[in-house]
Amino acid sequence: MFAVLIDQFWSLTIAGVALGFIYVLISLGYTMVYGVLRMINFANSEIFMWGTFGTIITNRDIFHYTQISEPATGLKLGIVLISSLLMSMFVAGLTAVLVEFVAYRRLRAKGTNRLATLISAIGVSICLQEIMRLLTDSRPVGSPRVLEKIILTEVWGANIRLDTVITIIAAAIIYFLLERFIKLSRMGKAIRAVSQNEDAAKLMGVNLNRVITTTFLVGGLATGAASFFYVTVFEYSKYNIGFTMGMAAFTAAVLGGIGNIRGAFFGGLTLGLLEVYASAVLGTQWKAVTVFIVLVLVLLFKPNGLFGEAVQQTRA
Amino acid sequence: MKIRNYWNLRDLGASVWEKANRPKRVVIATSSIFLVGLLPFAGASFLATPIAAYDAVLVYPVGVFILMALGLNIVVGKSGMLDLGYVAFFAIGAYTMALMGTHTGLNTWEIMPFGIGFAMLAGVLLGLPTLRLRGDYLAIVTLGFGEIVRLVVLNSTWSKGPNGIANIPMPPDIGPFKFKLEDQKVFFWVVVIMILLVIWMIRRLSIRRPGRAWEAIRQDEDAAELMGVATLKYKIWSFTLGAAVGGAAGVLYASKNLFIAPEMFTLNVSILILSCVVFGGIGNIWGVVVGATILGYLPDRIRFISDARLLVFGAVLVVVMNFRPDGLLPRKKREKAIVKSEVNA
Repeated sequence: MFAVLIDQFWSLTIAGVALGFIYVLISLGYTMVYGVLRMINFANSEIFMWGTFGTIITNRDIFHYTQISEPATGLKLGIVLISSLLMSMFVAGLTAVLVEFVAYRRLRAKGTNRLATLISAIGVSICLQEIMRLLTDSRPVGSPRVLEKIILTEVWGANIRLDTVITIIAAAIIYFLLERFIKLSRMGKAIRAVSQNEDAAKLMGVNLNRVITTTFLVGGLATGAASFFYVTVFEYSKYNIGFTMGMAAFTAAVLGGIGNIRGAFFGGLTLGLLEVYASAVLGTQWKAVTVFIVLVLVLLFKPNGLFGEAVQQTRA
Repeated sequence: MKIRNYWNLRDLGASVWEKANRPKRVVIATSSIFLVGLLPFAGASFLATPIAAYDAVLVYPVGVFILMALGLNIVVGKSGMLDLGYVAFFAIGAYTMALMGTHTGLNTWEIMPFGIGFAMLAGVLLGLPTLRLRGDYLAIVTLGFGEIVRLVVLNSTWSKGPNGIANIPMPPDIGPFKFKLEDQKVFFWVVVIMILLVIWMIRRLSIRRPGRAWEAIRQDEDAAELMGVATLKYKIWSFTLGAAVGGAAGVLYASKNLFIAPEMFTLNVSILILSCVVFGGIGNIWGVVVGATILGYLPDRIRFISDARLLVFGAVLVVVMNFRPDGLLPRKKREKAIVKSEVNA
């Protein structure tokens, strides 16, 4: 049972870290919105799913790669990768802002209860998923291979592939930039102010609606980056991939302490590793079950997460 | 004011009911139940559905949707907890029926208590750790639970995995009433009886201690706790009763369908049932019945909706929440007034 885990420990670890970084970026979409609104961004999983199609469309329809064409190299590779990353972030960011406008804004202005907002967000997320299902005829959509998955080196018997390396490095950079943005920029300060005390922030002249929209946008951008890495590694997308990924990313956010950006980082990495190890031991079909059990255990014993939910004190 | 009152179906119905004395009420109730019982005979009228058999549509989706929506309404409407994994209890009921029906030789009515019992047990097991949590966490955990039940059934051998379980026995005949696959009138009557039982149960509970406790929890849990309401206990009760109704619906569904497979118990079912509750009016029994009837029946009547059924339901959730957050037939105004003054304070 544990033979696989011991045999392939290092290659599993590397895969887990790469998956973990994808989770980190998606869970930023949950955690930032939660920090500001104290509400789960239910549509984030579908924002992720729409983002993956941004990359696929860029590769397939803008740069005309097909399943049989040669993978790109050199400068062209860089251009294609960066433009599909930007496209994914653009699509996801736009979707996130749209979600805020449709599902949250009106209800917030009315001051209705949380249940109503939650249900309206679920409604938007179903619509997003169904629109994509009808557009793609419920079929999985493959992405052409743009990046050749060269094995760079071998460390302790584990192959280090180019796409994993790119995912880990680029995701870390994006995470770092976002953290700096929240910590240093004027807007970041406003976001933190709103998450500490909404009323006080409003009195100090913070434009609440703009802050909330920006938060959705930034969360969407992070999620969009995650969808680019997802497509680069797995080379496919489907209308229903959002659910599993969203559930895992949410678990990661809760694990680290939702509303806490650094928590999302460690939560995402922990969950990525945990999930990969668990599927090696139990088999991949139990992956989602493991994630759920982790979620329940965390909520049971440490509902504030590893790094605490108290946004005021711990937020980076 | 007076003119608007005619459009306010809820108040109109309530005023007719309040004004009537006991014999009149009995007449109203029995005649409306009788009319509902006659519904399966209206298959030749404009009510007929173009593709699916009309009397089958009345049982599933319409009847089963109403039953489940009433069960979910105990959780979401009465005590204000968002349960997104309601399909899990439906699945537990259905698989209890399928496994016991094919292995033990018990009939549907003997299995029914087991189905309800297992669903309630699952409700308690899930409720104990999670009902301490705040609303949105509960939503996510229940969402996960619904998926987990489906995944466990899909990946296990005892449930025959994705192939599903076939040859589930039909319910035994009750006197002259025979259960047949091609003529589902009797199934419809059974569903109606179950719906009436559930409505009766909810109405009884609503005016007694549990109902008042749920109302207090829904409006302000902290205040309820301070006033001495055992909030966790009543939340678990509400969750478990909702689960029981879901389990009963599952047993009946498996016995009617004769075949079940994991793909029938996806998240979509939970969402559909939730849409029924929200669309009709959270917390109001008649609102829920109307909502479930419309959302269960229309996709079969108007065929072009049925492809985009979920899209329409998602849009319904958004539009209703934005423009009529209390649904088509909202609960009584007195309660709304309390909530409003709370928000303004």
